[in-house]
Amino acid sequence: MAETALPGPGGGPDFESWACPLPLRDYPRVVLGHGGGGALSEELVRHLFVPAFGNPALDALGDASLVDVPAGRLALSTDGFVVRPLVFPGGSIGELAVNGTVNDLAMRGATPLYLTAGFVIEEGLAMSVLGTVVARMAAAAAAAGVQIVAGDTKVVERGHGDSLYVTTTGVGVVPSGLPPIGPAQARPGDKVLLSGSIGDHGIAVMSVRESLAFETAIVSDCAALHGLVGCILHDDGRIRVLRDPTRGGLAATLNEIATASAVGIVIDERRVPVKPEVRGACDLLGLDPWHVANEGKCVAVVAADAAAEVLAAWRAHPLGRDAAIIGEVEAGRPGLVATRTSLGATRVVPMPLGELLPRIC
Amino acid sequence: MRYLDEFRDGDLARRLADDITRIVTRPWAIMEVCGGQTHAIIRNGIDQILPPEIELIHGPGCPVCVTPLEVIDQAIAIAARPGVIFCSFGDMLRVPGSSRDLFQVKSEGGDVRVVYSPLDAVRLAQAHPEREVVFFAIGFETTAPANAMAVHVARQHGVRNFSMLVSHVLVPPAIAAIMTAPRNRVQAFLAAGHVCAVMGLRGYPALAERFHVPIVVTGFEPLDVLEGIRRAVRQLEAGEARVENAYARVVTDEGNTAAQRMLAEVFEVSDRAWRGIGTIPGSGWRLADAYREFDAAIRFDVGGIRTAESPLCRSGEVLQGALKPNECPAFGTTCTPRTPLGATMVSGEGACAAYYHYGRFRAAAPTA
Ligand code: SF4
Repeated sequence: MAETALPGPGGGPDFESWACPLPLRDYPRVVLGHGGGGALSEELVRHLFVPAFGNPALDALGDASLVDVPAGRLALSTDGFVVRPLVFPGGSIGELAVNGTVNDLAMRGATPLYLTAGFVIEEGLAMSVLGTVVARMAAAAAAAGVQIVAGDTKVVERGHGDSLYVTTTGVGVVPSGLPPIGPAQARPGDKVLLSGSIGDHGIAVMSVRESLAFETAIVSDCAALHGLVGCILHDDGRIRVLRDPTRGGLAATLNEIATASAVGIVIDERRVPVKPEVRGACDLLGLDPWHVANEGKCVAVVAADAAAEVLAAWRAHPLGRDAAIIGEVEAGRPGLVATRTSLGATRVVPMPLGELLPRIC
Repeated sequence: MRYLDEFRDGDLARRLADDITRIVTRPWAIMEVCGGQTHAIIRNGIDQILPPEIELIHGPGCPVCVTPLEVIDQAIAIAARPGVIFCSFGDMLRVPGSSRDLFQVKSEGGDVRVVYSPLDAVRLAQAHPEREVVFFAIGFETTAPANAMAVHVARQHGVRNFSMLVSHVLVPPAIAAIMTAPRNRVQAFLAAGHVCAVMGLRGYPALAERFHVPIVVTGFEPLDVLEGIRRAVRQLEAGEARVENAYARVVTDEGNTAAQRMLAEVFEVSDRAWRGIGTIPGSGWRLADAYREFDAAIRFDVGGIRTAESPLCRSGEVLQGALKPNECPAFGTTCTPRTPLGATMVSGEGACAAYYHYGRFRAAAPTA
């Protein structure tokens, strides 16, 4: 957290024992002063962030945190989170900020170790909301076994931000012996696996958007995936690609892999798990579930002779119970993703253009 | 939802396709009028499992595609005004006007918002009495009742800062226009089920008789579409030309009479320009005189905006089935979903975009 030394004993007022006529701790909303680097900032850090994320590296409140790193290659990733609303069925911006970065590390085969977190807060955000987000971040970090070891808080004037943005940076370690895992490693003949049903996160968030509230039992699939990845990692090179299909959904992820590896990918549409409620909501909104975001699913491209093993390992894992082999990699038509439809026809799965735009009818 | 799955069953679909193969004796050109059906056809590859004798022509039934360029320009002009909150369904935002689209207006500071119901726009107007809230009312008979209702509600609640830019189109006059076009090749129509759910079968028997053309009211799931095609082929082979309702689980003869009353109250039939096709007499709705005060084109004085289409774009011929999208010289070169020249390339349901996305590699469909 932004570090400001407290005036020590005998060196000016001692804020800890001084009774302020306007108790600092009782601001119901974030005010500009919480980002000003003074007493209010200090207060926020000491009474909100440090207790929530508490660990020796953070508690030291130094300009930088010192942490131990095991042998191997460092994996680094950073990501900004701007989701609305801040809290949605099955998660919040807090869980997303932790799991999103943990997953980015996991997709390279890294064991996530440490996170840093930056908060850009709009003046006026209810302190209780910030508290909830921070508590959920802490819980997600604990569940993922990572420590939040440094951070920063800025407050922007009302109207100059959208209540709260969170940026997390993650550090992990890839064991030295692990062959490269990445989007460019897919080879013809490989199998494509998906760890579970798609579209849950995007539909859960949309279901509570102000302009779009509709009833659904769908909750976000937001989860840290390094456990799911860890149980299939091998140093024999048979795991080629790991990707979490977030924004742009499954369609974007498959297209990225096909392009990066210069291979074709053919998916059997019937094998891609989509919950009936998600499909129903997508039908209603004119959206394609293959374009909707996920926050707790993994696509793996693996050597054909590893597919059964990976499938079994995933199905035995709580986050992979609905895992399926959904298709294969082929040499023809590099960069192209195609799918066999339930009618037995074949069509191209295009890269989604950008925003999800519900159709008019 | 299990119900829906039944209408997507692959085995049943193939049985229907086999049926069609059995009864067909010569080539037939069938137009699905509605963009939703085009979407179902392309997305599921229905055209690939049909016998080669059946040619499907993608009709003008995508509301985004047929909204004239000048109406888009009018929308952009209104949306760019300070003090305006411009509300639209999502898929209109990316349709290019003559120089920019609504997304660009938004990025330049215009208050452009995606809404999911016109009533949301009325509520916005109530919440922001100091602003002018405008709703972009486009679409076929399907979306019109809700739009009519929104105007009605605005009047009832005295919401004076709400108005609509109306560009509604009607299906039956379009069918007549297609049948009388000099290069017409269409021999049967799949009519849009959801349009008929509102309007009933009104107007269709007269069309079937006048042009001696089978019209089958059809739904949107793969099996619905295949069943519609099967019934159309059966009529064609027997030399018949009737209106058949293959979507009886949703469509009744009379349609939704309450919605029809609301439409008659708020709208009146008018001539309407269709993008790429031109003006079709009696093919649209505008606000009735009693509701003119809610007409955004009048309130913001944009009626004078007139724009010509790109001379390269041949979407008019595409929409009438006279030209396949991939036969357009601009297809896939100067015109792509990223750089669309015509609206049929912008909307995911537009025939050109559908061909571009899904049909591009069909000839070399993987065999794996
Ligand atoms: S391909 Fe493009 S230019 Fe050609 S008709 Fe279609 S939209 Fe118009």
